[in-house]
Amino acid sequence: MHRFLDHHFYLCDMHRRLSEKVLAVLLLIFSYTAYAQHDESHAEEATGKTKKEEIKEYIQHHLKDSHDFSIGSYTNKEGEHVYIGFPLPVILWDEGLKVFSSSQFHHGETVAQAGGNYYKLYHNKIYRTDAAGTISYDEEHHPTNVKPLDLSITKSVLMIIITGILMFLLFRGLARSYTTNGGIAKGIGRFFEPIVLYIRDDIAIPNIGAKHYGKYMPYLLTIFFFIWFLNIFGLTPLGVNVTGNIAITFALALLTFLITNLTANKNYWMHIFWMPGVPWPMKIILAPIELLGVFIKPFSLLIRLYANMQAGHIVLMSLIGLMFIFKSWIGSPLSFGLAFAISLIEVLVAVLQAYIFTMLSALYFGFAVEEHDHEEAH
Amino acid sequence: MEKLLEEFSLGLFIWQTVLFVLLLLLLRKYAWKPILNAVNDREEGIKNALASAEEAKKEMQNITADNDRILKEARAERENLLKEARQIKDKIIADAKDEAQVQADKLIQQAKEAFETEKQAAVAELKKQVATLSVDIAEKVVREELGNKDKQLKLVEDMLGEATLN
Repeated sequence: MHRFLDHHFYLCDMHRRLSEKVLAVLLLIFSYTAYAQHDESHAEEATGKTKKEEIKEYIQHHLKDSHDFSIGSYTNKEGEHVYIGFPLPVILWDEGLKVFSSSQFHHGETVAQAGGNYYKLYHNKIYRTDAAGTISYDEEHHPTNVKPLDLSITKSVLMIIITGILMFLLFRGLARSYTTNGGIAKGIGRFFEPIVLYIRDDIAIPNIGAKHYGKYMPYLLTIFFFIWFLNIFGLTPLGVNVTGNIAITFALALLTFLITNLTANKNYWMHIFWMPGVPWPMKIILAPIELLGVFIKPFSLLIRLYANMQAGHIVLMSLIGLMFIFKSWIGSPLSFGLAFAISLIEVLVAVLQAYIFTMLSALYFGFAVEEHDHEEAH
Repeated sequence: MEKLLEEFSLGLFIWQTVLFVLLLLLLRKYAWKPILNAVNDREEGIKNALASAEEAKKEMQNITADNDRILKEARAERENLLKEARQIKDKIIADAKDEAQVQADKLIQQAKEAFETEKQAAVAELKKQVATLSVDIAEKVVREELGNKDKQLKLVEDMLGEATLN
């Protein structure tokens, strides 16, 4: 327990420092944008949409999952949006399986028809509508239309598949190179061998213990490389924010939660419901707190990864957006420099977040299989 | 929180879970287990190689120690042999000396004895010759001085008295 608390404090501290930095950067942006707003509010009034709003929309759009793989878009001379990218398949479960191409939505501009039903894309979510594409709202401006189960191959799903294939080829290659090359790693996979060893020697064994670490190794390795690779993909101009999506981090944290609690030994449950070595009234008080902790631990995992990746993308894209807002000899290079610096930090954050997720998962697994004599330990 | 819930996509969650678990199972079977096994084997191999190298080093040290010991023994042996040889040499020389002494003494003794015998013989011979001479002289004296017997006798006696024999 102490170990966990210490670690948590350390992480919190690290987190606080990190968030202070982020806050500083955000303040900087805010002051800049406030300044910029002053300049542009008159000029852009005529077009209805200021550049700032457009950028904000872009960022919002980018942060969310989407039903087509768009790399960019521009407005042509005729004033219509031209999208660069390709559509992805839409798979709906709505009184039967409905499969069609996302190009039918025309980026939310038209209604798609499939199997006698009409669907419309609204704020990146698919709703069932009538042929005209009417969406009705409740008083809080939330759509009241039926939302079918959306199992589409979205941009995020596509990236997960690509990352999965990449990881499989990479590590399968590494595994093969051992047999063909007499136990020595060869090829591109060899760059990852030290990381595999690092995860084993500095994450798994110290936290879980040499006796039990073996069964958790595949999960720890997969989760580390999965998060890391997706974080790195998020920094490419493809701009996929997979690990900054709450559904993804929830799924990952859920797995850690399930593995922790399904492999836990008697000792672990004993520490939760009947803390050894403390007087019985304390045991009763501690039980709900400890039980809450079981859920808070994975919850912190999912929020930490989500928030960090989301914040990183917002900061980075805001800074890139600033270049277009400033359009001056001083402002744009300055924001370019900042964006560059933040990109470098984000590369670090990408690996750091993967490390923290893996590290904490290992720590929780360590609690689950910890074995010690209570009478002596407390 | 509400925004987060709104952002949550069930479809994406399902895909992520299914794909991730699939990836985990595939990687576990085809990648992580072979990789970890290979790495473990290699580490075992390195450990064994180091251990055997250590062993070889120890053995080498033993051999060197043995060599040193054997060399030392050989040196001692040589030392011994030389000492013995010296002793034998000394003994031989001493023996030879003794033998020579004995031989020499014997020879001297023999020479002395031979000399004594010769001397005796010489003395006897001399005596005999002296006797003969004496007889001859006496004969001559007798022949010449028969008339002068007294004078002759006195002369013989004088002559005999003068002849000192040793």
